[in-house]
Amino acid sequence: MRITIAILALSFAAMPAPAQKKVDPARADTAIKAAFPTAPADWASRLTGDETMQQCSASHNNPAKDVAAAIQKREQGTIVYPPDNNFMGDWQKGERLAQSGYGLRFTDYPPRQANGGNCYACHQLTKNEVSYGTLGPSLSEYGKLRDFKPEAVKAAYEKLYNSHMAFPCSTMPRFGANKILTIEQIKDAVALLMSPESPVNTGK
Amino acid sequence: MKRSLVMLAVAFAAVAAIPRAHAQDAETEKAIEKYRAMLREDPWSNPGYLDADRGEALWTTRAGPKNASFEQCDLGKGPGKVDGAFAELPRYFADADRVMDLETRLLWCRETLQGLSAADYVKRPHPAGGQPVKEIGAIATYVASKSSGQKFAARLDRPQEQDAVALGETLFYRRSGPFDFACATCHAQSGLRIRLQGLPYLAEKKEASKVIGEWPAYRVSNTHVMTMQHRLLDCYWQMRMPELQMGSDASVALIAFLTKQAEDGEIAVPGLKR
Repeated sequence: MRITIAILALSFAAMPAPAQKKVDPARADTAIKAAFPTAPADWASRLTGDETMQQCSASHNNPAKDVAAAIQKREQGTIVYPPDNNFMGDWQKGERLAQSGYGLRFTDYPPRQANGGNCYACHQLTKNEVSYGTLGPSLSEYGKLRDFKPEAVKAAYEKLYNSHMAFPCSTMPRFGANKILTIEQIKDAVALLMSPESPVNTGK
Repeated sequence: MKRSLVMLAVAFAAVAAIPRAHAQDAETEKAIEKYRAMLREDPWSNPGYLDADRGEALWTTRAGPKNASFEQCDLGKGPGKVDGAFAELPRYFADADRVMDLETRLLWCRETLQGLSAADYVKRPHPAGGQPVKEIGAIATYVASKSSGQKFAARLDRPQEQDAVALGETLFYRRSGPFDFACATCHAQSGLRIRLQGLPYLAEKKEASKVIGEWPAYRVSNTHVMTMQHRLLDCYWQMRMPELQMGSDASVALIAFLTKQAEDGEIAVPGLKR
């Protein structure tokens, strides 16, 4: 017994400093609630992520396999498809919303214009726009690289609506599921990516 | 001094004059680098020093119902000790029984020494674009500049401080709001950018220690000094969250975590940001 304790003590001393102690989720919730006292009542849901976000936060966006599968299934279930199954809108409108970061910030109320998708903040799209971010992959020639296939058009719609159905704990906002963009706007963004006339694909 | 400011203005106009649609990454970077080089040649040309000077004057100015100055304010090294105090913050203060960053401590001193309400101050604690940094921000710029050249050496080992760092780390990865953003969305990888703006990798010590010590900083796009509390509010604004309350436990926890990440990083206040 004594030897065991001695060995335990030794192995303990040899261990590196313990990683950050665990924070009780309720503690974090309380701190966040207190930190945003001016939040309007209908913003309460902004302070606490839903189940998927809680799983992504806890795993630092690297969920275990079974959790990832559960997220994909759950998020797939949120997708609302256009009634006529036409996924492609107007690429010119898509380009405008890709440029715009407007919407849902506390200075954006009452709304003065439609919400933007702010795609260029994170992605390369058209050749002409050189001010693009790199948090997400380049989407240059997105449709061309997929041979403009109808399945790829639908898949683009789904990823824009809720990227977690394809990439669990993706860092991209759930534009459809979180009602950032309307179905019509998502179709416009799909056209920017997938239309053969779109500068994303023509390179002009 | 005056000449440097004029030269700065000219250099900046040159940067601003490049039409965005035709801006080339390299060209823009080059112009900004030229601007920074001019500042390095004459560090006193950073407009943030005007606010540090204003903060120094405010530190000794009597105000409030108690007609007192900040001179008895204890920033952790004893009443009135300013030199090197910022390098050891945030820390636990027994008199307030909480962990405080510099701005939160100044808010506390203002209330206890001068009798001016902290609750009133935090209703509008930060300047609008083009307006000078407010009173506590100016004093924070002064105090922090008195640790310039030193390394961050906050202990952060008392139980309350460890607790704050752990909470800050949790909040750094916490995703919420309509965009599902966390601090980690933009600051958990190296070498990435939003549009053309480079993003520091704050989840890693090497990059965090390079940038955290630059705040409060003169932010050229806002034409004023921005403090760390203000910078965090600005991040949460972009994350589509409500207004982060200055001095809240969450704000102090995030600053404690970032300071821990920046351990041994050099302090260079006021910094200069795009």
